[in-house]
Amino acid sequence: MTSTKKAASPALRAQHFLHENPWVSPLVLLVLSVAVFTLLNPAFAQPRAISLLLQQTAVVAALAVGQTLIILTGGIDLSVGAAAILGCMSSALLASQHGLPAPAAIAVGILIGALCGLLNGALVSRLKLPPFIVTLGTLSVFTAITLMLTGGSTVQGRDMPEAMTAAGTRIPFLGLDLNVGILVVGLVYLAVGFALGFTAWGRRVYAVGDAPEAARLAGISVSRVLLSVYIVAGIIYGIAAWVLIGRAGAASPNGIVDANLASITAVVIGGTSLFGGRGGVVGTVLGALIVQSFAIGLTLAGLDDEYRVLAVGILVIAAVAADQWIRKVRT
Amino acid sequence: MTVTTKQPVLSAKGIRKTFGRVVGLDGVDLDVFPGEVLAIIGDNGAGKSTLIQCLTGALVPDEGTLELDGKRVSFRRPQDAKDMGIETVYQSLAMSPALDIASNMFLGREIRKAGPLGSVLRMLDRKAMREKSMAAVQQLGIRTIQNPGQRVETLSGGQRQAIAVARAAAFGSKLVLLDEPTAALGVRESGLVLDAIRALRDRGLPVILISHNMPHVWEIADRIHIQRLGRRAGVITPSSHDMTEGVAIMTGAKTLDTGKE
Ligand SMILES: Nc1ncnc2c1ncn2[C@@H]1O[C@H](COP(=O)(O)OP(=O)(O)O)[C@@H](O)[C@H]1O
Ligand SMILES: [Mg+2]
Repeated sequence: MTSTKKAASPALRAQHFLHENPWVSPLVLLVLSVAVFTLLNPAFAQPRAISLLLQQTAVVAALAVGQTLIILTGGIDLSVGAAAILGCMSSALLASQHGLPAPAAIAVGILIGALCGLLNGALVSRLKLPPFIVTLGTLSVFTAITLMLTGGSTVQGRDMPEAMTAAGTRIPFLGLDLNVGILVVGLVYLAVGFALGFTAWGRRVYAVGDAPEAARLAGISVSRVLLSVYIVAGIIYGIAAWVLIGRAGAASPNGIVDANLASITAVVIGGTSLFGGRGGVVGTVLGALIVQSFAIGLTLAGLDDEYRVLAVGILVIAAVAADQWIRKVRT
Repeated sequence: MTVTTKQPVLSAKGIRKTFGRVVGLDGVDLDVFPGEVLAIIGDNGAGKSTLIQCLTGALVPDEGTLELDGKRVSFRRPQDAKDMGIETVYQSLAMSPALDIASNMFLGREIRKAGPLGSVLRMLDRKAMREKSMAAVQQLGIRTIQNPGQRVETLSGGQRQAIAVARAAAFGSKLVLLDEPTAALGVRESGLVLDAIRALRDRGLPVILISHNMPHVWEIADRIHIQRLGRRAGVITPSSHDMTEGVAIMTGAKTLDTGKE
């Protein structure tokens, strides 16, 4: 029989180590890119650039948490940006035009995120439709509803109660320029990281993504786990929507056009396997930081935005290729 | 033994299961009595795995009835059978390779920490799960597994099979079913599994064992259900028939008078 104790070549040992610790490769990559970008332009390591990095990463990092959960179950969510924008615009409209108090409007935004997740989750878990197709469909549906509600116009921050944009409130910290939104996203990471790592629900999410039939035979209701994952992801999108309003100082239907690609990129670069069952949110936050550090680092190095797009594209393919290689460990 | 006078623990009648046009089971009866080891033998494709999946809620039969202790039951999902104390080692082993041994042992019945950490934060008691997993493995006599935090994908096929058997033995309280549990095991480990089956029987638990290993079957079984082409070809005992006769019935070279057991 196969045994792990067989004379292991260095490559095999590395493969095993990365397989056990999927967050290590994104960590190495982040450290390397920070080093290289700092060499190219020392301004990269300054508090200003670091603050900008964190501010710009927050929303995508939050969306990527929901995306991570869904990808861990072997699914994918193309509707992530559309769901967040629907939540964002609904709460902004309620707060600006219908006089709803900010806390209620924010709660409705989160609720709408949850309902979007519920719809995706029900279609995936009950009707057993492929997540790719389901969320491709709801991407259009959510976008269309947003346009019907808003007519495509932006709600300015000054037209909303202050609490609607409170996520942008600055929090100076160790010379860095942080804000409430970053803090909230940090809390989301803590909560989901805890749930994945330390609760039965987390074990079941991994089991369902890794070996759904085994999970079923072990007595787990696979469809319940899937449904819960999509709903939790939707709630996180709703929270991200509020962070987005604070970050932009306004609610715009075009707020995060590339959110689905950006979040999937963060997850994949973060070492979570598109096949499900392997990865986690530590990798995802590193992945989101890597993507954003490329944006800032390349700009500081004097390169145009297309180089960032090119670099991210190459990174994603490299990350998926690495995942394939690492997964070969499995017997 | 005069087991046949007792009421069966589990009794299946007329179980039929089709997969599209393939008939997996064509009206099978099966009884298992308290404290007995019932072996199921049969050629590949005879419907052995399908049969035990129909007994444990892993598959829902198209037709037929199940009685547990004389009461009609219907298992729509594996959890339904587990709730009744029926534990199964499936041929696929039903383990998540990415999770560690303890998580797999307790998959679907995780232990939470005592106090608010468990009740409010729903935090797992990993230590307890690891300790109990190790205890279950040691109970079986398996010495090749040391670390319950090890991921299952790093284990050999035999080690995985041992874990699956340990899991079923630890949690079964009514009936334990094992589908070819020694297929990937060496001589020593196979012997341990047979010992574990005897220990379950000594606790009064009935065991259903599917095996291709005829010497094992003749060594341990009280009765032998012979499955052939989706039907029950007959039920024999190790003393009523020898292995050659059993195999002859299994392959159709010989028939058994039906109705007689
Ligand atoms: N999920 C399935 N889909 C289609 N056919 C199946 C399925 N499971 C079993 N069968 C068929 O049912 C028959 C019995 O299979 P099985 O119970 O696995 O046999 P055994 O365990 O005795 O080798 C075989 O013809 C097999 O191909
Ligand atoms: Mg079989």
